[in-house]
Formats: sequence, structure tokens, C-alpha cells
Amino acid sequence: MKLHTSGIAQGFQKPIVARVTTVPSLPGVRKNTALVLPSLRARSDIRGYAAIIVQQRIEESIPCPVIHSVRDVDHLQSGHIVVLEPANGFIRTLYRPESPHNTLFATERCNSNCLMCSQPPIDKDDFAALTERNLKLIDLMSPAPEYLCVTGGEPTLLGDRLLTIMRKLRDTMPSTYVHMLTNGRRFAWSDFTTKFAAVCHPNLSVGIPLYSDYAPQHDYIVQARHAFDQTILGLHQLARHGVETEVRVVLHALTVPRLKYIADFICRNLTFVNHIAFMGMEHIGYAPRNMGELWIDPVDYQEELENSVTILTSFGIEVRIYNLQLCVLKRSLWKYSKQAISDWKNVYGDACKGCTVQEHCGGFFHWTTKVQSRGIHAITSI
Amino acid sequence: MARSFSLRTTFIPSRDSYQLLPFRFHRLDPQNEILVNECGEFIIAASGTVERVVRRKLVPDEELYATLKAKGFIYDDYSSPLTDVLASKYRTKFGFIYGSTKLHIFVVTLRCDHSCHYCQVSRQNVNKGEFDMSQEVATAAVNTMLKSPSRYITLELQGGEPLLAFDTIKYIVSIAKPGAVQLGKELDIVITSNFAYLTDDILNYCVKENIKLSTSLDGPEFIHNANRPRPGGDSYKLAVEGIKRARRALGAERVAALMTTTQLSLQHPTEIIDEYVRQSFHTIFLRPISPYGFAVKSSRKTGYEMNAFLNFYKLGLDYIIGKNRKGYNLVEIYTKILLQKILTPEGTGYVDLQSPSGAGLNVLVYNYDGDVYATDEARMLAEMQDHTFKLGNVLRHSRAQLFTSPAFVSLLQAACNQSLPGCSDCAFQPYCGSDPVYHHATQGDTFGHRATSGFCKRNMGVIEHLFSLLRKGDTELQNILWGWVTDRNLAEMRESLPQ
Repeated sequence: MKLHTSGIAQGFQKPIVARVTTVPSLPGVRKNTALVLPSLRARSDIRGYAAIIVQQRIEESIPCPVIHSVRDVDHLQSGHIVVLEPANGFIRTLYRPESPHNTLFATERCNSNCLMCSQPPIDKDDFAALTERNLKLIDLMSPAPEYLCVTGGEPTLLGDRLLTIMRKLRDTMPSTYVHMLTNGRRFAWSDFTTKFAAVCHPNLSVGIPLYSDYAPQHDYIVQARHAFDQTILGLHQLARHGVETEVRVVLHALTVPRLKYIADFICRNLTFVNHIAFMGMEHIGYAPRNMGELWIDPVDYQEELENSVTILTSFGIEVRIYNLQLCVLKRSLWKYSKQAISDWKNVYGDACKGCTVQEHCGGFFHWTTKVQSRGIHAITSI
Repeated sequence: MARSFSLRTTFIPSRDSYQLLPFRFHRLDPQNEILVNECGEFIIAASGTVERVVRRKLVPDEELYATLKAKGFIYDDYSSPLTDVLASKYRTKFGFIYGSTKLHIFVVTLRCDHSCHYCQVSRQNVNKGEFDMSQEVATAAVNTMLKSPSRYITLELQGGEPLLAFDTIKYIVSIAKPGAVQLGKELDIVITSNFAYLTDDILNYCVKENIKLSTSLDGPEFIHNANRPRPGGDSYKLAVEGIKRARRALGAERVAALMTTTQLSLQHPTEIIDEYVRQSFHTIFLRPISPYGFAVKSSRKTGYEMNAFLNFYKLGLDYIIGKNRKGYNLVEIYTKILLQKILTPEGTGYVDLQSPSGAGLNVLVYNYDGDVYATDEARMLAEMQDHTFKLGNVLRHSRAQLFTSPAFVSLLQAACNQSLPGCSDCAFQPYCGSDPVYHHATQGDTFGHRATSGFCKRNMGVIEHLFSLLRKGDTELQNILWGWVTDRNLAEMRESLPQ
């Protein structure tokens, strides 16, 4: 799926967030709208648009922000929200109303540096710019989505800016289910957690990863000393304030050996969490770089996973499994398997041809098809 | 700016830096020992493990090191103040202390038509009114009850046979309910009756006032009637009919039954359990006899060794588990309470398995004459002229005076198993209680002597048995036990577990 394209920017200095239209609008409703045109003609009426996106090259100067010479515009559909970057002429799609999986990208920065991070952090100060963009984006999201993921980087690094975003989400789209992905460390500081909880977003769940019950191991995986203690304290503080939490465990060679202890730890220390999500590792970002240390074929940890799920479900804690194909997952675990609500997924390989359970299977991330379990095969009979 | 990764060695504690956090241990069998910490978390490990831990033979690379640290048995130079989490776990376990006195037992009359061998009160001629609670006493007792800081109050109306003093019950309910509403307390009312006098009027009243009913069911007819004689010898018939009528009026979940194990019962665990199933009960409490009242006097008829009870309990539990395997959901309550203490971070509000003991702190008994006792067993002793645990009288003493009485203070001194000889270093201490009243009654000493204590023998026996089931039981057994802990039946367990 294509989410960005580029051309030559002209006539604006600051990024423009706008809703795409492929058919000209009436003059009264052009504010915040970017018109996509194949070419600019003398009689084209471009007054009042936030920007125009033109496939052909434009030589003359025009009285409207424009990105021209954009080769690829087919993916830009009416109703999508894009950001137009003046510096490099990038047009990024930020929001697609038809997608069940839209995100607010809070920042590229992170205070952890997980060995298997799928979206490695970048150390640049993007807080102000991205917050401004996100606030505008929220304004333009209409109708409000059912689901919105707030992610990064580490969203809590935004501090008060995150509170502004949460308040805006609460006020403008209270029924949108907001899922925030964070390492939870910042919530160890009670003043921040108190302020965060005081927003009282009515439909919020905070997803926090836990990679071991043993602090040094978790800290090594996330590459930050005392991150474990901060995350656990953070989870407790969120619970104390009544914020719904989920714990996520990414499955790889460094988490699998203590999987049943992690389950036990959750039952003893984190009984308040709404559910536990076990996630197959994504082979993107840092993961390929650290494969030697991280790789374990999913078929080789099914026993550990089953034990861990048994401990959690015995205790009455709900379990979900993501990113693992049904053919590598033990039959007894199928009932926990969820197809992630992402349209980055559901790519199927050659080996999947003829599989009878494909419609229940999450398939692969499109980038995961490169590294595969030896257990991948078509299931022809159940 | 590209980031780099730190080596694993950046994140490990230094060798030999670990220190011990408080924990206790016990040998389960020649091959295995159990380590239990203050929060009730346990590790079962090969014999010799404790010695290795204490002699600092552990190294950070081994699995056991990580497990001990994660569960809070040791700390090291990598530890930061996660002891805060340990503290909140400890607070959770002892949360019942903040609850204050929740259960308030009112002995509305001593009169009773039954003459049970194990009865904990001297029964009186049914027509005598002098053993009924007066309105003056009832008013003062309700006032004392409502002064409890607890937001949740359970008012248990018992006797004798409380329905013989139904007017007293109505009076108590009529003042307790508005009083509770005024103070914003949630009031739960239970009448404990033998059902011999359960009229439709009384049932209608219970429906109207939202009152629960509890009765005694000792097993099948021949056991029940032998344990619970009454003129006509029809106690069983009256109880069973009463249960049916009460369920019809109130709904099954508002009618409970309790059994007491006598010498006769000991020979018939399966018949007793079958009776509970026949009567469609889904809980049963295999409860030993209390060594009080007539139970001690008539020890030839009812007394027995705790070993015999343990045998009965194990056979009974096995049979109950069998019922569950066949699809009938039946929970043994004592097992459930102990498993919750062993397997979950929660504390339980069960008075007999608490430390500090629930006597007084979590339960108070108001006798018909206004005398206040720390437990029902303490009242029994008083009926045998032993007033050791009489805290005072509602007509003369305020709540503060009751709780600062010499009787209560001496009780408290022996109320914490953390500091009782034989308990202070017992691995099972976090799961167990202290029962100063029991030890006073059986050993003449509130502190007690654990080596010869029936209380200790029972709980050690039961807890060891439960650990052995947890370790050696098949998957179905694990499911059943976990189902008890989490209020799910076997079918629901199968539904939610990976099977």
C-alpha cells in the first residue's frame, strides 16, 4: 500500500495538513482541502484551496501552495488526509477513513532502544512540529474513526503536548477507541500519570510491552537501565488511576526462555491488566540487524507459549496472539489468534496456496515474507 | 544519528552482590523443598536449594537467580526501589485489616428445639423468654455494630434457633437497616436457622427484607438426625424441606448449608458429599468440629483426632474432585480459600485463616444478654464459665472500650502468627492464620504449642496436600482447582484454556 509520493513544492514554508479531493469543490468548502489535478490550465479555478497537487510540471508561479510534478497520485483518494512538506515536496498520507487502522504518529524519539524495534527511533526534536500536525489532523478527521492508534517513538516523551492531544481526542471524538502504544516508563512519575489520568479519556487503552520478569533481561532487551522498574511502577500507577492497560510480549529468542515466568509474574503483579498480547516478531527495523541473537523459529517455542498461556488463562487473564500464522501455531492456541487490525498484513505466500484456513489467518506483514518459519505450510484438512 | 547497542554485561548485577529478602522454607519431600516469601509467593526447588541461596552459591547467570529475584526473594546491586512493588503486594495481602469488623453475629436467643451433640451453646427450654435478646440490648448492639468503620457490614442472626425469637429479629432488622442507610454502609443480613420453624410468613419477610438464609446439613438422613436430635427425630426432613421452600422463595444462591464433622461423619465422607449433590448444592465446607461447648463435654460422642479429620478431608476432597470431573460443579470452600491465598496476590477475608486473627478485628459476637465476644467460639467458652474472651457488654461499654479491654489486648498479643513460636519460621505462615481462642480452649494458652496443636496439624496437613495436588495433579485436576480459585466451572475452564 502506498502512503507517500513526492513532487516539487512551491509557494509555502510550513507543512500543510489537508483533506484530499480529486474533484473540484465549490468555492465555499475549499478550506483545508488539497485538490489533485492532472495539469493546471489557464481556466483552472484554484482559489481558496489549502494546496493543489499537480501531476504535470508547472513553470510559472501560481497564487496557491502547490506540489507539482507528482508522478504517482493514484493512491490519493478523496477524503484521505495528507501532509505536504515544503522542504522536500513529500506528500504523506496520514489518514484514510476506509482503513480500520489509522495512527497518530506522536514522535520519532524514544527513551528506549529495543533490540527488535520495528520502527527505530530518530534523535531529532520533532515534538512541536508533529504535535501541531496531529492537532490539525484530528480537526480534519471526519467522520471520527472507530479506532485510532497513538504511537511513535515514545508518545509520553511529549509530556504536556500529549495531554493536549488526549484532551482534543476526548473532546472531538469521545467514542473513538484510542489505543496508545508506549513503553510506560514515564508513568513511573506520579505527577505525569496523575495529569494523564485526569484527562479521563472515556475510551482508552494503553499497551505496554514487558519482555521479562527479570529486570536485567528486560533492560537489556530495551537497552535502558532500570526501564523494567519504571515500566512496572508505571503500570501500577496507571491501574491506581483506573486507566485500562494491556501488556504486550514480543516473542523472540531473548523472551522465550522465561515465558512461563513472565506469565507467573503477570498473575502475581499485574492482575489488573485487561489482557496480554503475545506478538510474533516483525522482521523490520532493528530486528534484521540483531537476528543472530533474536531469531527463534516460532515452531520451536510453541510449548513455552502454550505453558505461558495456560498459566495466564488459568488465572483468568485474557490472552491474544498476534503475528503468528495458524500453521506454525499449536492447534490448542488457535483460539487466541487474532488477525491484527492492520492493512499492512494479510499478505500470503506461495506456500499458502490451497490453505483452507487462510481466511482465519493473519498471514504475514508484507515485509515478513523474507524470513519465514520452516513450519509455514498450507493447511488442507482440519 | 544512528544509535548503537549496549552489551548484555551492561545490564547484569555484579557477582556475589545479592542479599536475602525475608522468606521461609519447608521440606515437601526428600527431593523437594518450598521457599515462601512474605507476600506468599513460592518456589518449589530441589532439596539443597535454600542452602545454596543462603551460602551465596548462586550466580546471576542461572535461571534460579532470575526467578528468586523476580519473585522478591533476593535483591542485588542492580535492584532499584522495586521493593515498592513488593510493598504494594504486601499491602494487598493484608488489605483485610483496613476493612475492620465486617461480620457481626447476634445471638438473638439461646432457645433451641435441637440438642445437637456438638452444639456450641447450652440449649434451653423452648418456651423460656429470659434467654432472648431484649430490645434494649438489641438497640445497643446495633449501634455498636454500625460504629464499625467497615463500609460493608454482615449481620448474622443466629441462636439457639433464632426463628424462635422472630420478633427480636424483626426489631433488629427494623433499626439496623435505616441506621446503615444513614451511614452509607452496605448491610447484608443472614439468618442461620435449622428451618424447623420456617413459616411462609417468615419466608415472605426474608424476601421483602432481602435476607439470606443459612442452615445446617450434616449429610444424609441417618447422619444428620444422629448428629442433630430433636423431639420427633425429624431434623433432616425439616432441613431439606426448608431448603427447598427457601430456594423457591429466595432463589438458590441465597440459601446456604454448612456441615459439621462428627465422629460418625468421619466414616461417611462420600455419603455426606452425595447428599450435598442430591440437594443441588454447589459448595460444601468440610469443617472439623470446634473443641467447645458440648463438643468437649461429650467428647466420647464427637471428639476425634485431627489425623482422622485429615483423612476424612482428603478422601472427601478426592471424591468432590471426582464429582467435578463428571461435570457436577462442587467447590470445597476451605480448599478454595487456601488456594486463593497460595495462588493469588489477594488476601481473603476468612476469619479463621487470618493473621492477625480475625477474632474481634473482623468478627464480633453479641450475646443475647449484651455480652460481647471476639468470636463465636469465645462465647462457647463463656457458656462453660470461661470468660477469658469477653470484651465487655454493649449496655456498659463503647466500641472503643471493647477494643481496649484487657481481654482484647491479651487476644491481640497472640493474634499474629508472624510472632508465634512455631509459626514465625513456618513456610506456610502467609497462608495460615492464628487462632488464640482455639489454643486457649485446647491447650490453656492463647499462644499455644504448635507441635501438639490440632489447628497446626490440620493446616499443615491440608496445605501440604494441596501443594502435592498442584504439583502432581493431571491437567483436569489443575483446571478444577484453578476454577475454584477463579469462580469458573470445568466446562468454562476448558473453554478458556489452551486445550
